[in-house]
Amino acid sequence: MSVLLFTLGAFGASILAGFLGALTGLGGGVVVVPVLCVLFKIDIHYAIGASLVSVIATSSGAAAAYVREGYSNIRIGMLLEVATTLGALLGAYLTAKISGNWIGVIFGVVLLYSAWTSLHEASGGPKRLQPDSLAIRLDLRGSYPVQGGKEEYVAQHVPSGFGIMFVAGALSGLLGIGSGAVKVLAMDQVMKLPFKVSTTTSNFMIGVTAAASAGFYLSRGYILPGLSMPVMLGVLVGSLVGSRVLVNAHVRTLRLVFSIVIVALGLEMLVNGLTGRS
Amino acid sequence: MGRMLQIGVTVAAMVVLLGGVLYLKQFTGPMPDYRRFHGAPGEYGTVHGILAGVSNFDSQCLIELGILLLIATPICRVIFGAVGFSLLRDRLYAAVSVIVLIILLLSFFMRR
Repeated sequence: MSVLLFTLGAFGASILAGFLGALTGLGGGVVVVPVLCVLFKIDIHYAIGASLVSVIATSSGAAAAYVREGYSNIRIGMLLEVATTLGALLGAYLTAKISGNWIGVIFGVVLLYSAWTSLHEASGGPKRLQPDSLAIRLDLRGSYPVQGGKEEYVAQHVPSGFGIMFVAGALSGLLGIGSGAVKVLAMDQVMKLPFKVSTTTSNFMIGVTAAASAGFYLSRGYILPGLSMPVMLGVLVGSLVGSRVLVNAHVRTLRLVFSIVIVALGLEMLVNGLTGRS
Repeated sequence: MGRMLQIGVTVAAMVVLLGGVLYLKQFTGPMPDYRRFHGAPGEYGTVHGILAGVSNFDSQCLIELGILLLIATPICRVIFGAVGFSLLRDRLYAAVSVIVLIILLLSFFMRR
């Protein structure tokens, strides 16, 4: 295969991955890695390197819009970034210590978990607004725009949320993904923040988390220019288009179909890793 | 702050695109092997190496420069956060931002 043909192929596949990542709510990284590994037979270290770069691009692009709309909570994001960046350092360190097969297995599990949560999207039930003394002391509260005004919220269970964020960061550093699903788990389910605040603040944090592992990836040679270039540009284009479509269309069936495709890729990675074929 | 993120991503994507076009024009020889991990990153592994390559018009280093700009975007966001919280006299969150910044910079200076 010539370099031009490969680049165009990887670009096209990355557009599709970014599109599906936005449409299914899984994020571009978690879709593009299995595409590169399973369809293009690329070594998982190079795949997660290219994915990490695309994750920073899509997160920063999307976060820009949310900050302006007033949904993301910058204080909560910044505090939890202490946990995610520390986790990311650990995760990125571990990628060099464990085999590519094991990375593939963990990736498969995280992909399946993400797909499962994206299909059970409905918000985590009624939110309590009881004052949590630690959250008040740390000023982890805010309000967000709802129909006809603003709604107040206060974070709950801050230490548990912080702990899960550390895990989210470690997975991000280990697998080169945004691990948005785990971040939303920490904020929506554990800290009982409103769903919209959780998802947008999570998106806001993904870029910073990924930047913490980027230094490691770069110095270890995971980020190849010839591969990262089409992947980053493709995922960026695809996710921009995908998020537009998401706003305009009823896509429930479409999401279900695509989620099944992505789950199949995840299962193949899992099996390849377990049988030592990847 | 939102505007800054957008500008950072746009500039980085432009540099990567420019490097990519040059790379496809200049590249001759066999397709690199991406199926097996080779380890040694060569000049792309360090900021210094990338900048040296860019001054020699190396297209792959230009792509990596775009990626460095992209990585710098969220780091600048944290710096802006630190400044913003200081201006609001929010000492707690100015300190939190500085801690995040230190962790981010650590990742670039810690080796393996």
